[in-house]
Amino acid sequence: MINLVHNEMMKLVGKRRFLIISAIIVVLLSLFTYAQARQSESIRERLGTDDWRTGLQQRIVDWQNRLSSAGQWREQLQIQIEQSQYYLDHDINPSEPGAPSFIRGFVENSAELFLPLMVMIIAVDIVSSERSVGTIKLLLTRPVSRFRILLSKYIALVLSVSLVLFIFGLLSYVIAAVMFGGKGWSAPVLTGFAVRGGELDLSGVRLVSQWQFILQQFGLAWFISLVVGTLSFMLSILMRSSAAGMGTMLACLISGAILSNMVSSWESAKYLFMVNLGLMDYLSGSAPPIEGMTLGFSLTVLAAWMAGALAVSFGVFIRKDIY
Amino acid sequence: MSDITLAVKGLRKTIGRRTIIKDLSFELKRGEVFGFLGPNGAGKTTTIRMLVGLIKPTSGSIHICGLDITKHFTRAMRHLGCIVENPELYPYLSGMDNLRHFAVMLSGIGQKRIDEVVRLVGMQERIGDKVSTYSLGMRQRLGIAQALLGRPDVLILDEPTNGLDPSGIREMRAFIRTLAEEEGLTVLVSSHLLHEIQLMCDRVAIMSKGEIVRVDTVQALLASEERLVWKLQPLDAGKEALGQLTRILGEEDERLITAYSAGEAGEWNRRLVEEGIAVLEMNRKLPALEDLFLELTGGESID
Repeated sequence: MINLVHNEMMKLVGKRRFLIISAIIVVLLSLFTYAQARQSESIRERLGTDDWRTGLQQRIVDWQNRLSSAGQWREQLQIQIEQSQYYLDHDINPSEPGAPSFIRGFVENSAELFLPLMVMIIAVDIVSSERSVGTIKLLLTRPVSRFRILLSKYIALVLSVSLVLFIFGLLSYVIAAVMFGGKGWSAPVLTGFAVRGGELDLSGVRLVSQWQFILQQFGLAWFISLVVGTLSFMLSILMRSSAAGMGTMLACLISGAILSNMVSSWESAKYLFMVNLGLMDYLSGSAPPIEGMTLGFSLTVLAAWMAGALAVSFGVFIRKDIY
Repeated sequence: MSDITLAVKGLRKTIGRRTIIKDLSFELKRGEVFGFLGPNGAGKTTTIRMLVGLIKPTSGSIHICGLDITKHFTRAMRHLGCIVENPELYPYLSGMDNLRHFAVMLSGIGQKRIDEVVRLVGMQERIGDKVSTYSLGMRQRLGIAQALLGRPDVLILDEPTNGLDPSGIREMRAFIRTLAEEEGLTVLVSSHLLHEIQLMCDRVAIMSKGEIVRVDTVQALLASEERLVWKLQPLDAGKEALGQLTRILGEEDERLITAYSAGEAGEWNRRLVEEGIAVLEMNRKLPALEDLFLELTGGESID
């Protein structure tokens, strides 16, 4: 089995997949760190001070001014204001300058779309490329059962997801450390904000170190990526062309991002996997897309979708006639 | 172990309501080169894909070295090496990495065996290069190397001479004969080149519309269809006289065609001469497999 997984990893490396992903991450990171540096510079210029309290206060005022014209975002904004106020009241800087804070923000923003997209690059053609090149005929005429062949591919996918997350974490730390300095791992972060009935519930709020918070983030990002990877893996078996699989998966992810903002009144939508991908929001404490969704609920829904995708993948792959 | 290495019984494949393979049965022996011949759409490729386990038969059984491939897939596959259609390998890996990749999937095949097959197909010089830089002929050879890795008893090659130049084709033919004669492999080849099959195979199965029309040795197939071509003068009288001696099968370019019979040909000739008919030409004609093929498949087009 280890040999088979090694084979799969060799093919992924041969296809230069990890190199491409690393390159994309580096380019994106450079853009974001630069943008971030410019932004904090302009804020400093505007306020004429380095003190974060003044900055946060200013932002709260900005948000409050926008409240009246916010429309459907009103609730979200309200919660954001209350959260920031809480940080201010407890004299905790929500974004201690340094690489860890940058990573925290970056992971939060990329976990839902960017990281799954990177994983998709690997997952979506892990089987369909063998079919389009024709090597599947050699692969399936070896004295190895189809189950083991597919299992080795899936294990390779799980390893790849972990590797992509690792590359992502490492690169963002290195690049951000160059721009902002590498300190701030133990800075305090507040977690446990919850939203009930449109109101911010502060009863569960507790203080954790930034590194703990980032570790949790990476755990959830890993899970989201794995779910998207597993679904892409299934499409890779069902569809002959990698492009079609990629398109379908992208449509799902994007529709998820759009749906999350409009389904608050359609309750059964909470069983769709794409509405549940916003696991990061539970950590930071923004309102879930549908009232009553919790981290546990979303994890369960995603796990169920993953199990279903795996069952379909193996069921189809083992029976399929290869023409 | 018995001499039968590949046994197919009552093989059938139905897709929807259409039966595309109808009750195929044949047996291959050790050390034999067996040819699969048929026009496009006759079901050659579907049959081969069933033999190697890519398509599941609707009914019927396939045994490789006595092992049923649906019940004991992995054990049966240990005795089989194959190339289905073109030898598609991973273009982004080197030839050596491709072989390593497939060797890993066979038990007990080490670097020594890999080097051995590389030498066997004469690929030592380019084996470290990426497959994407190979010519079609080299890919074909690498494909054969891959098929031979596991020391198979049965080798199945779909169109093995496809894309090779004339000298490559001759080389391949000799190579396949060597494998069968010296290593005792059973080789099943399919080809659309009729003279290929004629030169390379011991026995031939002719397929048409999902059925095997005939299985026989190449010699027997050809011998049964040997013809005698006569050119007589005058034609009409000759035709009548010859018609009394044996059945006339056809007429072509003012020549008459009858079956060949070593015992009677001399006698026929003497009788014609006695009746005052001049025998201008008398040719024994060994038909090409091509004629035979057209006859058996009812003139279906061959590609």
